[in-house]
Amino acid sequence: MIEFQLDPRSGLPTYLQLVHQVRQALRLGLLAPGDQLPTAREVVEKLAINPNTVLKAYRELERDGLVAPRQGLGTFVERSLAGAGSAAHPKLQRELSSWLAAAREAGLDLEDVEALFRAAVRDSFAEGVA
Amino acid sequence: MSAIETDRLERRYGRRWALRDCSLAVPAGRVVGLVGPNGAGKTTLLHMAVGLLAPTAGSIRVLGGLPPRERPGQLRRVGFVAQDKPLYRGFRVADMLRFGAKLNPGWDQDQAVQRLSRLGIPLSQRAGQLSGGQQAQLALALALGKRPELLVLDEPVANLDPLARREFLQLLMGEAAQGGLSVVLSSHLVADLERICDYLILLAAGQVQLVGDADDLLAEHRMFAGPRDQAGLLGRTHTVVHASYTGRQATLLVRLRSPAPDLASWTVRPVSLEELVLGYMSGPPPAQAAPSLSCVSEVPA
Repeated sequence: MIEFQLDPRSGLPTYLQLVHQVRQALRLGLLAPGDQLPTAREVVEKLAINPNTVLKAYRELERDGLVAPRQGLGTFVERSLAGAGSAAHPKLQRELSSWLAAAREAGLDLEDVEALFRAAVRDSFAEGVA
Repeated sequence: MSAIETDRLERRYGRRWALRDCSLAVPAGRVVGLVGPNGAGKTTLLHMAVGLLAPTAGSIRVLGGLPPRERPGQLRRVGFVAQDKPLYRGFRVADMLRFGAKLNPGWDQDQAVQRLSRLGIPLSQRAGQLSGGQQAQLALALALGKRPELLVLDEPVANLDPLARREFLQLLMGEAAQGGLSVVLSSHLVADLERICDYLILLAAGQVQLVGDADDLLAEHRMFAGPRDQAGLLGRTHTVVHASYTGRQATLLVRLRSPAPDLASWTVRPVSLEELVLGYMSGPPPAQAAPSLSCVSEVPA
């Protein structure tokens, strides 16, 4: 089951942070169809947040067809976000790790790496839509 | 049904007004944060809601009926934790529960015992020997024991360390998640309120400055930063709640009265609840720089 975390510095409203964490877990395959989300009560007893915030996040996920409530049972995952390429994830992650190791060896710090990565992402996806 | 509804409610102590012209309607089933500087009238409002204090003028209704002071039958529907969390320090926890059961017709002893055992508070302990955090939890457990529909808390976490505060709010939110409970609490800790409240009342100098659904209020406000000599312009179409100036720059907290204007050379960003509260508490903006219309383009509403 997913365990929510809050980042007070993210600047994002709490309900959106919950939505993003579920989407992220669906994308990484940490949550799969049939899995149950924690109840509103379980979430608020851990995070000390307003129950309506959790319900709002779950409603948004429901609107996107990702989860659905089952009467008296709770909220369950309907659909995964893991794309067609998710089988390639482990290999790509290994390659990325070795690339990062090479970057650090070359003397790049976190900010350098992020700038380089963002620029590459921009180039690559701009080519894709062109 | 409203949890609390007031109409031109006023309360005076001698010659001093503690609360003036207070009209608001707080929907039921919400967690309401009551904020404002010391002496703003927060405790006065809460005491009138639970029936400890009678209004000087105007009216207040609680859960759709007269307040407990005029209709004692309402007492069983309203739970209250006072600021100093009064407990009989020499009583054992079990005695406090027995006391609660005797005084409250709707008392749920099983649930109260379960709640305390989940919190790890031993029934044999004397109230005065519990830690500050446990005393606050016990006071909350006693207020919840009567199964109130409205729970009123006056600065419940003011004297607690961060861990005890978190545990108290976890307990409170867990109860709120079960439905059928409206919560109104006052606090100075806006970061906590931002997490737990979905409705806000801001009092200052005995008057309501701001009231409404927290998300709606955040959506209606923006922080603008830009050249000081253009600051007057925003005030023409929107309400400037608070302004601060440094050299040539102005930072304005603005309540939008129409879609956000698109101003060249200004940056606009959403506000946090803390910025909203501090902006209103700091009061109205100082006299504004002379407006000049030339450099501004507005998107038609």
